[in-house]
Amino acid sequence: MALRVKALESLLVEKGLVDAAALDAIVDHFEHKVGPRNGARVVARAWIDPAYKARLLEDATAAIAELGYAGGQGEHMVVVENTAQAHNLVVCTLCSCYPWPVLGLPPVWYKSSPYRSRAVIDPRGVIAEFGTELAEDVEVRVWDSTAEIRYLVLPQRPAGTEDLSEEALAALVTRDGMIGTAKL
Amino acid sequence: MNGVHDMGGMQGLGRPEPEPEGHAFHAAWEGRVHAMSLASPTRSNIDAGRHQRELIPGPEYLRMSYYEKWFRSLSDRLIEQGLVTPEELATGQADPAAPRATPRLLAPDVEPALNRRGSYVREIAAPARFKPGDAVRARNIHPDGHTRLPRYVRGRSGLILRVNGAHVFPDSHAHGQGEDPRPLYTVRFTAQELWGEAANPRDSVSLDLWEPYLERA
Repeated sequence: MALRVKALESLLVEKGLVDAAALDAIVDHFEHKVGPRNGARVVARAWIDPAYKARLLEDATAAIAELGYAGGQGEHMVVVENTAQAHNLVVCTLCSCYPWPVLGLPPVWYKSSPYRSRAVIDPRGVIAEFGTELAEDVEVRVWDSTAEIRYLVLPQRPAGTEDLSEEALAALVTRDGMIGTAKL
Repeated sequence: MNGVHDMGGMQGLGRPEPEPEGHAFHAAWEGRVHAMSLASPTRSNIDAGRHQRELIPGPEYLRMSYYEKWFRSLSDRLIEQGLVTPEELATGQADPAAPRATPRLLAPDVEPALNRRGSYVREIAAPARFKPGDAVRARNIHPDGHTRLPRYVRGRSGLILRVNGAHVFPDSHAHGQGEDPRPLYTVRFTAQELWGEAANPRDSVSLDLWEPYLERA
């Protein structure tokens, strides 16, 4: 594949259809400008600031933009909150819809047939394979991203973190926790 | 279309393999395919692009990696729209007689373009037919073109959770029929309605579904 892709890029550059420096900038954007650290900052802010959390649950797109995150695949954001009674899990069964501005590009498993097929019919089994057993009496809410709405899970704040700074809290937040395949 | 891409509820496709955070791309060529797909001056839209990947024959679709599919659909689009010829693609050399274009996207414009706040919401005159709490059934339809109504909810009943305004309608947009905005609803189905009595009675699956997919239950 590497050689075929290289050949296509040379061709498109030679024909003036793409600019190689623009391609570098796009790759840099997805490698360094977006990623789950953005989402982690959103989560940490929601944990320490109840007014922000209320705005986030009411209009996630606007609340996320307050922290400077917006763009393609984040046009219409919805944040769903995990509680002691309910656990949320996000999937895109039809393709690979994922909130790029706050989570970056999805991991391979998120785009793969096993996850896309099973997350809706066996969410508890999938979550268990990621290492989290959910109690029978916890409600599991699966969100299948079939339109341009993108979902972000707001994980429960871990116990014993009352004294941590916002930055230290953000460091506790994982990508899988914001997809819902893990708890924190 | 009832393609293999519509895989919600299928069994026997394996186990997800967890992976650590930190890698947007798993090989340099993947990043280049992603970037070329965004930067190429092809006439397309998000729905047409998805449909193009759905049209990859099922056995190949299941075998190909994510970015192999992107590479295939980018190559197909470039050829279909006359931006490159099959000969050029095969040899990697531009036809010396072909005119040179000017790139649409230059490096300084990349960050503003990627961070732009777009929207798929459109104003329409017709009021939304359903409201939160209404009982609806996903229609039992099998369009042979692009649709975002997965098979696993067709014929199943759920409740309207949220009305999201009118959004660009993929079933039209993917096929060059304009944006055709229609009301979009978040609909919650119980796991038992979808998967039967054995499912946990507390669990649910919610989907974002356009009005033409739904009827009153």
